[in-house]
Amino acid sequence: MSRKNKIRDSVADRVFQVVVVVIVTIITLTCILPIINILASSLSSANANNANAVTFWPIEITLDAYKSVVTNGALIRSMFFSIYITILTVAITLVMTILCAYPLSHRDLVGKSILWPFIMFTMYFGGGMIPSYLLLNSLKLLNTEWCLVLPGAISTYNMILMRTYFSSIPDALRESATIDGANDFVTLTRIMLPLSKSMLATIALFYAVGRWNAVTDGMIYINEPEKYILQVRLKNIILNAQGLDELMAEGANMEFSLNTTQMRCATLMFSLIPVLIVYPFLQKYFVKGVMIGSVKG
Amino acid sequence: MALQNQYTSGQRSFRQKLAPKLIYIRNHYFLYLMLVFPVAYYILFHYVPMYGIGIAFRDYSIFTGARASTWTGFLNFSKIFAIAEFSRAIRNTLVLNVLTLVFGFPAPIILALMLNEIRAGLYKKLSQTILYLPHFLSWVIIGGLVTTLFATTSGLINKGLTSIGLPAVPWLSDNGWWIFMYVFVTVWQGIGWGAIVYLSAITGIDQEMYEAAKVDGCSRFKMMTKITLPSIRTTIVIMLILRVGGMMSIGFEKPQMLKNVMVNEVGDVISTFIYRYGIENNKFAISTAGGLLQSVINFALVMTANSLSRKISDESIW
Repeated sequence: MSRKNKIRDSVADRVFQVVVVVIVTIITLTCILPIINILASSLSSANANNANAVTFWPIEITLDAYKSVVTNGALIRSMFFSIYITILTVAITLVMTILCAYPLSHRDLVGKSILWPFIMFTMYFGGGMIPSYLLLNSLKLLNTEWCLVLPGAISTYNMILMRTYFSSIPDALRESATIDGANDFVTLTRIMLPLSKSMLATIALFYAVGRWNAVTDGMIYINEPEKYILQVRLKNIILNAQGLDELMAEGANMEFSLNTTQMRCATLMFSLIPVLIVYPFLQKYFVKGVMIGSVKG
Repeated sequence: MALQNQYTSGQRSFRQKLAPKLIYIRNHYFLYLMLVFPVAYYILFHYVPMYGIGIAFRDYSIFTGARASTWTGFLNFSKIFAIAEFSRAIRNTLVLNVLTLVFGFPAPIILALMLNEIRAGLYKKLSQTILYLPHFLSWVIIGGLVTTLFATTSGLINKGLTSIGLPAVPWLSDNGWWIFMYVFVTVWQGIGWGAIVYLSAITGIDQEMYEAAKVDGCSRFKMMTKITLPSIRTTIVIMLILRVGGMMSIGFEKPQMLKNVMVNEVGDVISTFIYRYGIENNKFAISTAGGLLQSVINFALVMTANSLSRKISDESIW
């Protein structure tokens, strides 16, 4: 519909448009203003925070709170441990997801009628928190990185996305490869995987964000503080006054004057920044993933 | 003699049926080699814990192990119902889920309808980008944002309220206000992301209907309520059914990160109860029984929801 041919909007329509834009703007602002407030507080001085004077712009700008966050050895160690776990997770989950999705994408796979319900059932019923904990305990995996990686080695949801994508690649391509003498391994590595790069990226991001943000397994399976993942460390710092006091004590050693709000905000921003950096890429891929997911496989 | 003939011919047809399958497996042995790892994974990390549910029916202790413990039937189930906190957790789970459904379900639909009305491309793209952001924040971070912004004395929200002469509100320490906050945060976190499904349904609507309506002098608002909304009806019904199917399940991270000791009366749900009893207090058998109860009801609800969804349309999660 070209603009020239458009019938002029009536007054009622224009009022409606304005109302819609105003409401959407308000909702959008609720998503971004809290983060701006946290950023402003983290950059403001202890005095300004004590007086509760900070809104959306920092007052008496200082990096003291960040200095004490960055010099906190435990927090930095947890961050590196989380990065390590996330990379390990992405590597293992991608391989496992392909191993599962590629065979299942064959329409005529013998045994599929048994395998498919066997896998799908786990989406709707599971052992739950305690039996999983006891399993990892008897496998002697508690307090190791493996208890955070192996139980989630395949997300059935992501596996279905991958399988749907493989199935959407025309059969003719596989058939012509077979005629040329390619076996299943060659077909997978030379044809299917190079054609699925964007989907692999999407799924890798799904797994990475899921792992980075998850806190439950870190709380349940790890009880040695030196192996806390970042989210667990954050939880202890942000939600318990005790953790915050410990962090502030580090700042006190460096002779800063700190305030609890300021410290909490700096810690929050510290953990938010990695997510905000990858967010533009994520957004693009995630939306695509949801669209593919809504197409049934 | 006749019997023997019948037997051999039966055997032959059995072989005939089996042979192509065996040839397929021989030709595609690599696929089965690949599947060894995923199948091992599903057995070890999904089916073994299901087998482990057995301790719900046993007098289990971590020191004696499952084999040494004695079979106690449904004793753990009667024990768990004797715990007042468990029935409280069931009640809280249902209350929070129902309220989240009532307020959280229509919100993304309304947002999608509104986003569809916005024509300015850049503004639309920017607002959508920002609206999806809360979906990518961990519950620890959201918990931190909420407890900082809604703190009773130092929080930005109460500061705003008191500066215009209103009393400060105990957002997170009063039972009623905490429920409100829980629902509000859930709606806020999910509204943008939830709208994607409806937005993609809207793009499938035939544009000719809008053109015809426009020629007939229909207003934008009328088009929204009379064309757009009815056209995405099926998607709405399916999403609703699936949501109702999840009534008994509640995540662990959200309530755990938002609640505090002051609001346990309304904020302690099944998942947090199981965590506290099982992991923190080592009452494995009793909390497994509680978890099993939840899983079974949940499974029944999801299956019912799915078969309903299949009846209404071809869409189903299977």
